[in-house]
Amino acid sequence: MSREDYEVVIGLEVHAELSTKTKIFCSCPNEFGAAPNIHTCPVCMGMPGALPVLNEKVVEYAVKAGLATNCEISMNSKNDRKNYFYPDTPKSYQISQYDKPLCEHGYIEIDTKDGNKKKIRLLRIHIEDDAGKLNHDEFGGGSLVDLNRAGVPLIEIVSEPDLSSTDEVDKYLKKLKSVLEYIEVSDCKMQEGSFRADVNVSVKKKTDTKLGTRTEMKNMNSFRSITRAIEYEVERQIDILEEGGRIEQESLRWDDVSGKTFSMRDKEDAEDYRYFPDPDLVAIKLSNEYIENVRKNLPELPESRHDRYINEYKMSEKDAGIIVSSKYLSNLFEEASNICKNHKAVSNWIISDISRILNEKEMEPNEIPFSSEQLANLVILIDKGTISSSIAKKVLTEMFENPREPEEIIKEKGWIQISDEGAIKEIVLKILEENPGSVQDFKAGKDRALGFLVGQAMKATKGKANPQMLNKMFVDEMKK
Amino acid sequence: MNIIDLTVHELQEKLKNNEVTITEIMDAYINRINEKEPEVEAFITTYLEEAKAKARDVEDKVKSGEITGDFAGIPIGIKDNICMKGTKTTCASKMLENFVAPYDASVIEKLKDENLISLGKLNMDEFAMGSSTENSYFKKTKNPWDLNKVPGGSSGGSAAAVAANLVPWALGSDTGGSIRQPASLCGVVGLKPTYGLVSRYGLVAFASSLDQIGPITKDVKDSAILLNLIAGKDEKDTTSEEVPKKDYVKALKNDVKGMKIGVPKEFFGEGINKEVKEQLEKAIQTYKELGAEIEEFSLDIAQYALATYYIIACAEASSNLGRFDGIRYGYRTPEYTNLKDIYKKSRSEGLGDEVKRRIILGTYVLSSGYYDAYYKKAQKVRTLVSNEFSKAFEKYDIILTPTAPTTAFKIGEKSSNPLEMYLADICTVSVNIAGLPGISIPCGVDNEGMPVGLQLIGNKFKEETILNAAYAFEQKVKFREMYKPEFKK
Repeated sequence: MSREDYEVVIGLEVHAELSTKTKIFCSCPNEFGAAPNIHTCPVCMGMPGALPVLNEKVVEYAVKAGLATNCEISMNSKNDRKNYFYPDTPKSYQISQYDKPLCEHGYIEIDTKDGNKKKIRLLRIHIEDDAGKLNHDEFGGGSLVDLNRAGVPLIEIVSEPDLSSTDEVDKYLKKLKSVLEYIEVSDCKMQEGSFRADVNVSVKKKTDTKLGTRTEMKNMNSFRSITRAIEYEVERQIDILEEGGRIEQESLRWDDVSGKTFSMRDKEDAEDYRYFPDPDLVAIKLSNEYIENVRKNLPELPESRHDRYINEYKMSEKDAGIIVSSKYLSNLFEEASNICKNHKAVSNWIISDISRILNEKEMEPNEIPFSSEQLANLVILIDKGTISSSIAKKVLTEMFENPREPEEIIKEKGWIQISDEGAIKEIVLKILEENPGSVQDFKAGKDRALGFLVGQAMKATKGKANPQMLNKMFVDEMKK
Repeated sequence: MNIIDLTVHELQEKLKNNEVTITEIMDAYINRINEKEPEVEAFITTYLEEAKAKARDVEDKVKSGEITGDFAGIPIGIKDNICMKGTKTTCASKMLENFVAPYDASVIEKLKDENLISLGKLNMDEFAMGSSTENSYFKKTKNPWDLNKVPGGSSGGSAAAVAANLVPWALGSDTGGSIRQPASLCGVVGLKPTYGLVSRYGLVAFASSLDQIGPITKDVKDSAILLNLIAGKDEKDTTSEEVPKKDYVKALKNDVKGMKIGVPKEFFGEGINKEVKEQLEKAIQTYKELGAEIEEFSLDIAQYALATYYIIACAEASSNLGRFDGIRYGYRTPEYTNLKDIYKKSRSEGLGDEVKRRIILGTYVLSSGYYDAYYKKAQKVRTLVSNEFSKAFEKYDIILTPTAPTTAFKIGEKSSNPLEMYLADICTVSVNIAGLPGISIPCGVDNEGMPVGLQLIGNKFKEETILNAAYAFEQKVKFREMYKPEFKK
């Protein structure tokens, strides 16, 4: 049989840290990056006798996420303990949700490669507390426990096995990430681990109706690793089946360096988490009014912005897609457009140069160092003719390097466009004198010669001359 | 006047009338502890010097008017599973032998706000698991009535200390009878409040859905006074409930005329000692004389309460005690080869047999494949028990039973037979299962002069009803005037 005879089935469990001010069961700050064990208290350190109190904001954020992904919200839900021993888990159990999650039966729509829309169903979204972090061997032998992250609120978003390619996985994750950013429940910083996925992969012959045995790769936190890991795992599984072997249901660890998956533990160690309702916490009861109130206060979602950009601004489907893919870019677009009143120019800057630089620098949109006002001012400077668009590109690069007002940059660098008629004329006459051949070509009807002359003038002025004025003056002079 | 014989409300009266000072009270207790503690062994930790200094300080502040209030300088003893900042909280376990609590339990905050002074931390069965205080890693507390006998448990240190006048009153905790049963065996008053009346924040959890902190006192009025102090909703414990503030002392009307008392016949059957039954029958007679209406009824479901209790309590304990893993605090085995080894050895060496027994049982009933048959079924029975009690309280104001099937037994008599030991809780566990308030008061003595306890059970948040009924009985029978612990050797 060949590879084409196989179908890939992928399901994802995404963990997103919620950006509430405090942790899920205590009032310690929910902040990344403090010195070890600073953001801790008896509750999140699992001290004897300490008790959890559920942060209401966590419920609200999870309900928001549920509503934004078309889930049904459970009016009656509860917290359960998932028991296991590990040094990063100070209570020796995680407080999660077992049989009554807050949100169920939702979906997310993605655009597939063939231009169609596909619904990826969500099984559930539930709330739970994050574990601490172990620092291995940092201080010469042994491991140290940092509990700053213990008790950081998480939602786990479990998809049905509806994904069938790495392209779909990529789109699903990006869409999910953008939705969570839009509703402002998670900052989804993958490099800080606040958005990470467990990936379940299986393959089956297209003719088979039953799903194949799946393997799980845990805690993946980059799109690239996820894609590579799935590709590797699919090949591995097909190879095994083609050789007549059997897939073991197991947890695998993806190693980015070798580009391979490894078995994490043998089956003998299969954990029994002994889930049971947490007797320290009362049931989570939500009223219809509460849910409707959260729904009413949901911010505009990416789909809606996408459609609005196409209708209001006549943006192409593709451009609108790029801008709404990140709430930060979309907000940048709206705010800057509002100030400079030139949405076309702003969207062009975002889609081309800004996206390119982000890509080159491997930056997330929310890491853009300048403000929407500064971007708007850049556009205004072009529109006023103070700088040319080629200068503007240099200004933008500078704004990424050393963010400040574009006006300040061009003054400092002496990049103000030459729009003085006398000065332009002086340059034009000089270039004409130096290039008699091009003048003859132009007069012989070769329009290309004009472009060459303008280019020479720009070069001579280091791009500062106003190109429209140059154009006009060259033509005028040569027609004299 | 002998200070240590006085109840707290008597001490308060004498303080008010300047017949005694705070430091005199403190000195009297310190002397008593120095004299009798070697015999009784009720404390795991004492801090008598600090307490003495604190008493002087409080006395000065009261004189200068900086501190007011009826409780300033009153000594108290605390069961050693309640966290007190900066002091050892051992739960009578090797696991926590050197654990210093980094925070105050909510009840401790309340006591500190009123300037009560703790004399020390009291012995108990390890992690509150047991009915004789023999499961303490540190020492065996003796029953002040007969030093060869157990004080009951798990709050055996608290009950013995109150009975021996080592403290004027104490806090205990009750998961299946751990306040009431030792109170009964030591001839003092023990109250387990309704689940949710007193904050559990800072009480080292044994079984979260059953645990309650409560007072162990010399008389019923002190019980009401201490309950006034510790009751109330706590933001740090979501299972604590918002109920209107009551003055439990005002509820002591010394009047039970027309009160309907139900006596469940299942609590007087097989396994209940004959002399206990006799004393209970006398108590029932007393209530009749006081004008209460007594009626026998059947609480059939109660026979399943003990099994239900051990499933639920052990299940919760198996999870609650997981945090004692040798990683962050507590005992860690000195030699290990890997992580699993740390866990295995630290827990094997740091926890006692009864604790391990219950963790294993609890782990088993929560395991996949057994969960439905045990834990889930136990929860269903729990609902039935609750419903059955609710039904009874449609008819009766209180339910009267023995507190324990026997009086105090000999040290070592039951410690090798866990099942027999579990039966010591047979009369008390259903009250925890149903989340009800229950009080044990002494009602008489057996042939050997050992005290017998009477249990009064109330409807949810009806502490005032059982306190009033207990008070009426106490005023009539005057047990404290008739009998005193003899420290029999």
